[in-house]
Amino acid sequence: MAQNSTTLLTPAAWTAFGIAATVLVLVVPVLNLALPATSALHVPDYMIALMGKFLCYAMVALAIDLIWGFTGILSLGHGMFFALGGYAMGMYLMREIAGEGVYRSQLPDFMVFLDWKELPWYWHGFEHFWFAMLMVILAPGVFALVFGFFAFRSRIKGVYFSIITQAMTYAAMLLFFRNNTGFGGNNGLTDFKHILGFSLLESRTKVGLYAASALALAGTFLLCRFVTASKLGRVLTAIRDAESRVMFSGYDPLRYKLFVWTLSAVLCGIAGALYVPQVGIINPSEMHPGNSIEMAIWAAVGGRGTLVGPIIGAWLVNGAKSVFTVAFPDLWLYFLGAIFIATTLFLPDGVVGLGRLLSCRKKGRNRDRS
Amino acid sequence: MPIEAVRQITGPPGEIDVSRGVILYVESVSVEFDGFKAIDDLSLSIEDGSLHCIIGPNGAGKTTLLDIITGKTKPDTGEVYLGQNIKLTELSESEIARIGVGRKFQKPTVFENHTLFENLELALHCDKGLLESLFWKLTPARRGRIDEVLEIIGLTGEAARPAGLLSHGQKQWLEIGMLLMQAPRVLLLDEPAAGMTPHEIEHSVELLKSLAGQHTVVVIEHDMDFVHAIASRVTVLHEGKVLAEGDMDFVRANPKVVEVYLGESHA
Repeated sequence: MAQNSTTLLTPAAWTAFGIAATVLVLVVPVLNLALPATSALHVPDYMIALMGKFLCYAMVALAIDLIWGFTGILSLGHGMFFALGGYAMGMYLMREIAGEGVYRSQLPDFMVFLDWKELPWYWHGFEHFWFAMLMVILAPGVFALVFGFFAFRSRIKGVYFSIITQAMTYAAMLLFFRNNTGFGGNNGLTDFKHILGFSLLESRTKVGLYAASALALAGTFLLCRFVTASKLGRVLTAIRDAESRVMFSGYDPLRYKLFVWTLSAVLCGIAGALYVPQVGIINPSEMHPGNSIEMAIWAAVGGRGTLVGPIIGAWLVNGAKSVFTVAFPDLWLYFLGAIFIATTLFLPDGVVGLGRLLSCRKKGRNRDRS
Repeated sequence: MPIEAVRQITGPPGEIDVSRGVILYVESVSVEFDGFKAIDDLSLSIEDGSLHCIIGPNGAGKTTLLDIITGKTKPDTGEVYLGQNIKLTELSESEIARIGVGRKFQKPTVFENHTLFENLELALHCDKGLLESLFWKLTPARRGRIDEVLEIIGLTGEAARPAGLLSHGQKQWLEIGMLLMQAPRVLLLDEPAAGMTPHEIEHSVELLKSLAGQHTVVVIEHDMDFVHAIASRVTVLHEGKVLAEGDMDFVRANPKVVEVYLGESHA
C-alpha cells in the first residue's frame, strides 16, 4: 500500500514506471511518425488525438485522487479548474493568430462580431506564451487558494463541501456563457491555427502535444507519489480519518488542506491547458457539473488513494465512453451510472482493489497447493 | 515500567512561567449552548506537576471544560491561562497542542489506517509546518523515541499493524502514547480507564502516577476507585460550577457531593 513505504518507488515499481513512460512518450509517437500508414503497427492520427485526451484526463484523475482519495475531500468542481487552465491556453492561441482570423482583425473573431473596439484589459499579456503558461498555473491556483481558505476556515466538510464546489463550477459556467464576460460566450474559444509557430494541423505538432501530455502525466504521477509518500501525505490521510486528532497533535489542518486543494487545482489546470490545443476548442460546457462528477467517477472506478488506479480508471471509463457513444449513444449515461453504482457497492477500492483481491486469492491457492 | 524512559523522552518543557506554582488557570469562564449554561462562572486552578481529577455527574460540564482549555470551544466570558503568561483562549487548537497541552478524547481517537509506528511518528514533537512535513526524515534519534514509547505502552510487537485492528484498551494506550510523543506540559485525559480490563487499569494508575511531577495530569473520570488510586486533588463539578474541591476523602465526606453525585451512584 502506498502509504506504508516512504521511498519514492520500489525498484519493481520504477521498472514498471519506466516501461509505461517509454511506451507512451517514445514508442507510440515513433509508431505514428516513422511507420507507413499501411503497416499493421502504425498508430493512426486519430488514435494519437484520442490518447492525448486520455492522458490529460488521467492527470485530472490523479489530481482528484490527491484531494479525495488521500485527504477525503470530495470535490465536484474540478471541471472548473480544468477549464480555467484550458481558457488560459485558449487565450494564448487566440492571440497567437491575431490578424489571421476571418475578419483579419487584431482582435479575436468573437470580439469583432460583438463590435468591440479594443482588447479587454484581462486579455493583455496573453500574446506571450510564458505569460499564458503562468496564468495556466495562477488562475486555478489563486482561485482555489481563496475559495479553499474561506471554505476550510469555516470548517465546511463532507457533502456540504461537495455541494459548494458543484455550485462553484455551475456559477462559473453561467458566467462564462455570457458574451459580456469576454471569453467568447457559449461558443468559447476556437479556430486555433498554431502554437509557438507550429501548425496545429501537422501530425508532428499533434504528436508533440501528445508527448508533452505523456511527460506531464509522468511528472504529475511522480510528484503525487512524492507528496503522498512523505510525512505530509500521512498527515493528509490522518486528516481524512480523524481530523480532530490531527489538530490536537499540533498540526493546523487548514494549511494542509489548502496546500493539497491548491496543488490539485493547479494540476487540473495544466491538464486543461494541454487538452485544449489537442481538441481545438474550449467552451463553458467543460464547466458543466456533470463533467466534474464524471471526473470523480474516473478516480472511484480506478481505486481511490492508489494513484495508479485513477490513471487506469480515467482510461477505462473514457475508453468505454468512446466505444459506447458511437455504438449506443443514448445508453452511455445509464451505463456510466451503472459503473459508478457497481463500483461503490462491490469494488470500494476500484479496479486496483479488484486486482489486489485476485492476486491474494491466487497466492492463497498456491499456498494451499504447496 | 521504565519510568525513567518516560521522563527522558517527554523532553524539556516550553517557556511557560510557573513562578507561582500554578500551571493552569480557568478564570470565571461561562459558556452557553442554546440557552443551556454548560459552564457557569467557573474558576479553577491546577498546580504544576499535580495529578488532578475532575469528577461530576453527567452534564456537569467536564468535557466542555476540556473543550475550552484545548481551544475547541471559545467561552462566552472568562479566560484560560497556561502559567502566568500564556492566554490559551486566544489560541487555536493546534497552537495550544504545540505549546504543550495534550488531550486524550473520551472515545479513543487514533489514525486507524496508519500503523502504530506511523501514529506515534505523526504525534512526535517537532515542527508541524507544511514544508517540514514534506521533507521530513526518520532520523535514528526520532526512531529511537518512537521505539521507547512503543515499549512504554507495551505495544512493541504491534508496531507494524494498522491501529484500526487494536482492541479498545490498546487504542487507549496508543492515544496516551501519542500524547507522550508530543512532549506535553499538561496532559488532559478524558476517561482514560474506560473500557480497560482491571489489569490494564492497574497499569494506567502506575503510568499516570509516574507522569505526575514532571507533567501536570488532569483526569476526568467516572470510576471512583481509579480516582481514589491516582488523585492528589479532586474537583467536583455540578451544573457547570465547582461544587467542592480537596483530597478524595474530604470530597467524599462532603454532604453536598454525596447528595448530587456519590449519592446517585451509590443508591
